Amino acid sequence: MSNKKHIKLNVNGKEEEFLAEPRELLIYTLRERLNITGPHIGCETSHCGACTVTINGKSIKSCTMYTVQAEGKDVTTIEGIGGPDDLHPLQEAFKEHHGLQCGYCTPGMITRATKLLEENPNPTEEEIRFGMAGNICRCTGYQNIVKSIQAAATEMNAAKEAAE
Amino acid sequence: MIPAAFDYYRPKDMEAVLSILAEHGDDARVMAGGHSLIPMMKLRMADVPHLIDLQDVPDLSDIVVSADSIKIGAMVTQADLIDHAGLTKAAPILREAALQIADPQVRYMGTIGGNVANGDPGNDMPGLMQCLDATFHLVGPDGARDVAARDFYEAAYMTDREDDEVLTGVTIPTPQGGYAYEKQKRKIGDYATAAAAVQIVKDGDTCTFASVAMTNLSDTPIYSADAVDALVGTKVDDAAIKAAIAAMLDDIDPSEDNRGPVAFKNHVAGVILRRTIERAWSRA
Repeated sequence: MSNKKHIKLNVNGKEEEFLAEPRELLIYTLRERLNITGPHIGCETSHCGACTVTINGKSIKSCTMYTVQAEGKDVTTIEGIGGPDDLHPLQEAFKEHHGLQCGYCTPGMITRATKLLEENPNPTEEEIRFGMAGNICRCTGYQNIVKSIQAAATEMNAAKEAAE
Repeated sequence: MIPAAFDYYRPKDMEAVLSILAEHGDDARVMAGGHSLIPMMKLRMADVPHLIDLQDVPDLSDIVVSADSIKIGAMVTQADLIDHAGLTKAAPILREAALQIADPQVRYMGTIGGNVANGDPGNDMPGLMQCLDATFHLVGPDGARDVAARDFYEAAYMTDREDDEVLTGVTIPTPQGGYAYEKQKRKIGDYATAAAAVQIVKDGDTCTFASVAMTNLSDTPIYSADAVDALVGTKVDDAAIKAAIAAMLDDIDPSEDNRGPVAFKNHVAGVILRRTIERAWSRA
């Protein structure tokens, strides 16, 4: 295609550069072009939140953004939040409090939750439910997701206090 | 879901936007947050050979709160509306309504300009703008012009905006008195089964001013002048509220869809308007 665009993105701290058609959606760039398969394709209609990533400090559904729109921006996926050997407190808490069953929604859940706790480090249960309303889970009934986020908030606040 | 191929433009100023629009006519569309347009392109219900992304156009993201009016740029997101303390103080109904739109991720992207310009009867801001008697600012090849929100909507997705014009922002007179925005929806992220916006002023125990607009109950938002007449001069007692609901029901024209049959929508519209008036009055 002659209308390909030259795109530069910073994904999880790494500069990526490639040519892509404008119609390429960010979720496909991440999963198929860059092999970053943490963000999942659930509904692909901006409802379920499984494809949630952070772009320049905002939680975004990457199925509803063209990659060209993100040109020049910083993208963070679950891979940039923590890994098997250095779990983020949210990942640790989801594991500990059974915040997942099948795990399909979890990368989106945790990526969204990192932003939620950044904006509101001490959320009430109601605030967690409202702040996570863009992410759908079909296994847990949400109760353990709320518990996990509360536990992670406590943990992160304690760590922050200890560091001060 | 892959949309049809298109050319993408990210112009640096409005002049460049207008020249692309002039060149391609209705083959070109401007995009703000894209959270209405991109899903329609993915479903191939919208065919957009030339897509103009407004994100780099300056001066479209400001919120200016003055003594008697508020100006909001087209690219201000729902999240920006929610987070702006000065705006919430001057016009709390905007925050109350924005919190009921979509979900957090969508609110980071969805803009007030896209919401009002799209002309989707399900969008919440058009009805709210009619309630607040907003003015929409448009710019096109012949310069700038203003249109009242109450005159802007012609039918579903049909507005007074011409294909070669861009909506750059809205101005609302600073709202007075009590306010409420109530929305009945089936789930988070859904459009309203019925929604109502009310501003109301109380002097002593009498209503001296009111404004009533309804969302997703016709193919356009509905400002109900008759419902306003039914409230002004009363003590907003049960009889006045009943009269306002009856007047509103005469103005709306809901159609049956997956949110329910017409009779149900009329019923919900009445319930929602009652709640909205009562809550706005309690805050007046």
